[in-house]
Amino acid sequence: MTNKRQENIRNFSIIAHIDHGKSTLADRILEKTKALTDREMKDQYLDAMDLERERGITIKLNSVQLEYEASDGEDYIFHLIDTPGHVDFTYEVSRSLAACEGAILVVDAAQGIEAQTLANVYLALDNDLEIIPVINKIDLPSADVDRVKQEIEDVIGIDGDEAILASAKDGKGIDEIMERIVTDIPAPEGNQEDPTKALIFDSLYDSYRGVIAYTCIKEGSLKIGDKIKMMQTDKEFEINELGVFTPNPVKKKELSVGDVGFLTASIKNVKHTRVGDTITLAKNPADEPLPGYRRLNPMVYCGLFPVSADDYNDLRDALERLELNDSSLQYEAETSQALGFGFRCGFLGLLHMEIIQERIEREFNIQLITTAPSVIYEVEMSDDEVIEIENPSLMPETQQIKEVREPFVTASVMVPNEYVGPVMEICQKKRGEYSDMQYMDENRVNIVYDIPLSEIVYDFFDRLKSQTKGYASFDYELSGYKPSDLVKMDILLNGETIDALSFIVHRDFAYHRGKQIAEKLKNLIPRQQFEVPVQAAIGNKIIARTTIKAMRKNVLSKCYGGDITRKRKLLEKQKEGKQRMKMVGKVEVPQEAFMSVLEMDDDQN
Amino acid sequence: MSVQAVYIHIPFCHEICHYCDFAKMYYHEGIADSYLNSLNEEISMYIKDEPVSVRTIYIGGGTPTSLNENQLEKLFQTISNYFNIEKVEEFTIEANPGEFHEGHVKLMAQYGINRVSLGVQVLDNDYLKEMNRIHTVDDVERSVQLLQQYGLTNISMDFIYALPSQTLEHFETTLKKALSFDLPHYSSYALQIEPKTVFYMRYQKGKLSKPKEEVEAQMFHSLVNLMEEQGLQHYEVSNFSKPGYESKHNLTYWDNVPYYAFGAGAHGYLNGERYVNLRPVNHYEDRIKQGLKPVLHSEIVTLKEQVEEEMFLGLRRKSGVSDHHFKERYRFSFFDLYQEEIDYLVNKEWIVQRGDTISMTHDGMLFGNDVFASFLINDDVWNKKFPIDSHS
Repeated sequence: MTNKRQENIRNFSIIAHIDHGKSTLADRILEKTKALTDREMKDQYLDAMDLERERGITIKLNSVQLEYEASDGEDYIFHLIDTPGHVDFTYEVSRSLAACEGAILVVDAAQGIEAQTLANVYLALDNDLEIIPVINKIDLPSADVDRVKQEIEDVIGIDGDEAILASAKDGKGIDEIMERIVTDIPAPEGNQEDPTKALIFDSLYDSYRGVIAYTCIKEGSLKIGDKIKMMQTDKEFEINELGVFTPNPVKKKELSVGDVGFLTASIKNVKHTRVGDTITLAKNPADEPLPGYRRLNPMVYCGLFPVSADDYNDLRDALERLELNDSSLQYEAETSQALGFGFRCGFLGLLHMEIIQERIEREFNIQLITTAPSVIYEVEMSDDEVIEIENPSLMPETQQIKEVREPFVTASVMVPNEYVGPVMEICQKKRGEYSDMQYMDENRVNIVYDIPLSEIVYDFFDRLKSQTKGYASFDYELSGYKPSDLVKMDILLNGETIDALSFIVHRDFAYHRGKQIAEKLKNLIPRQQFEVPVQAAIGNKIIARTTIKAMRKNVLSKCYGGDITRKRKLLEKQKEGKQRMKMVGKVEVPQEAFMSVLEMDDDQN
Repeated sequence: MSVQAVYIHIPFCHEICHYCDFAKMYYHEGIADSYLNSLNEEISMYIKDEPVSVRTIYIGGGTPTSLNENQLEKLFQTISNYFNIEKVEEFTIEANPGEFHEGHVKLMAQYGINRVSLGVQVLDNDYLKEMNRIHTVDDVERSVQLLQQYGLTNISMDFIYALPSQTLEHFETTLKKALSFDLPHYSSYALQIEPKTVFYMRYQKGKLSKPKEEVEAQMFHSLVNLMEEQGLQHYEVSNFSKPGYESKHNLTYWDNVPYYAFGAGAHGYLNGERYVNLRPVNHYEDRIKQGLKPVLHSEIVTLKEQVEEEMFLGLRRKSGVSDHHFKERYRFSFFDLYQEEIDYLVNKEWIVQRGDTISMTHDGMLFGNDVFASFLINDDVWNKKFPIDSHS
């Protein structure tokens, strides 16, 4: 049974590739509904965090309630639910799509559909969303509307002529988009009288109010004072606040079916409001939670160590603070012989990892040393016990191992025809196994490979981009574990094994990588007062060796009245450089060295 | 503290050396005339009344001897109008071999110049040409004789080592030749390739190769050994002298005491403030024509910076820094601030402590930058010691 208000609700997301104009379109929609005064209207309102702005990506989701008077004379309530645009956050995307009945698919008129967009469209189709295709940037000189229409038809199976032609930048096509939201996207179903089911699609931590959970009411309603229960974690809380974003927060006494808003309930940690969980009432609980809940596990691990040991406690505090807001971040204390006390941290993917590192350095002002990221290996020991290794330095001795298995991903790379060769070459080099190739249209191909995740963690995407002049788009998902002939490579500086530099490598590439990394370290580590041998070893066998020569002279020979200020600056720079280095045994090692295993430039041919 | 040292910059040269990044321009008679007037104006903005007495005056460049005799005399007169030159202990002029004549030397003697610093750089005509130096090896000999003839025996020679493609043997040959002049003072600096020089451009393009660091270090060893064998004391990182012939003027820099500086691009240190004059010459003159001091930039040296400079400048001297002297100036012991650093450096045998004085060892001099940088103080350490920086 639906009521009039519910019939006029439209819940939708915008799906787009980075730079295809999602944020601009969102801004235009906000303008059309006069959600913001001009003064408030800063460009791209929905991307709140600085970091997001800089990187042009959305990390935290937001939802906005908007009022729109349609041409049929009726007032509609729109809920625009924003989604993050990166493959690391696929699950979050799927949950915010689950809060919607429709999605606007924005495709760049010049570039066509990209791999990530396609992945998100499939997520939307999985959630039975009505899709409104929009071809954006039609005014670009390189726009090819017909080709993109054809692509939409071929790839997604929607009539290309249904696509709205738009230029969000100039406001072209926006009116039509608003009307189509009303006519094409169904109102939310669900019954006001049924036991409450509210989907959590995001949450964030506020130091005054505790966790703010973003939720979409699928059945029933929520009122202030209600005792609620999280169906996955079984935790109970009492609602303090309810509201919607317009986009400024507006408090409400009640949220009912179809509403998308927020609640607070003195919740101390985002771990209690897991994305995808269902909120129900403690007194009259629903029988079953909403479908689709998944617990997120990190895929990539790395060690984070403070450059200065004094910052260890600050680093722990920083991680605690970040964790409040990020349920997928995991960390535990780790001690490295080389780097001292730090943390082993798990992330959803590389971007997630970079974001956390940057936030720690920027917001908490802690200088970090990051070890090269690693995946989780499954090691079957000779006694049949299976252990998980996410820290290469902990890999057991070869003799004790029966088999090592590593995670593989199904990687789809979408490129124009002429780059098929280079892409396949990269995939082969990265130990990929060919699995499929589909022509999207006469120009574009989707190449599918099964590739070890560890190879993707290295410079895969960067190489893809450079080899395809930036045309490649890329998406991946975990496909499972497979046995591989892997060995642990140790790096010795001055005769000492540096645990933080150990890495796992396929035996066939071991010799080459060992040589490369030894050379690389030789160039990265500045000359010391003494000669420093750099060695790469597998077990006890040294496979590569080079030497960093001793520093012989470092003095400003001329220093007269004139240049004292300048000389001082030189000395200050030198000192600062030193402070960014880490004493490892007797050797001063710059931060970059610990990431050097990552940036392997294997241009063997 | 009354100011005891004066630096005067003459930015003109007949040729520009390929490595030079000082304020300089090609000599032009009219511009030089006008510049000397401006210089007079500038000095008058600082010295208002009677001529003042100072211990040292140093005329540097550029090339002071690029001036013609009339101009040189005018320069000397200007100086004598503001400073009691008869009371000056050390009055130095920089000169380029082969570029000055008997007339110049007569004037020098007449106006009380008692020290001449010759920019020799290397004793090999091919190298001199490569560096775009104007003189030859023969010029050097003639110039020394000419100076000595007029009683100007307190001569210093400057050399540059680690020149492009230079070998150790080559440098040693130059040094031995230089020592055969038996002069009371020598300086020698490793080549620094500075931006905006011909060498820099060549280096960037890969057309110029510097000797390896090992070779440069060997050159420094050789330099010190050869000098000391001749009885020349290594009194500062790059300076050597017979006893009593240390450059008094340059010591004022390392002693961290104030000095006047006049001329385009010159750097001075007055009333706790380091300043640098405008350059090039036209900018410098424009400002003076407006009746203003031609200062481009100045900054007050904070107490923390003074302390740091006291240490890293003072340690350049072989005699090092004495805590007694330091305490007289700063009212606390440098051991309070630097004990940890000093222990570390002593342990590395880069500095030694004798009584209350610390000084660099020979090895320490090779790694002077590391030693000096150790005496820069982190802000939090400083603030703990001096909660309110008095800026005095």
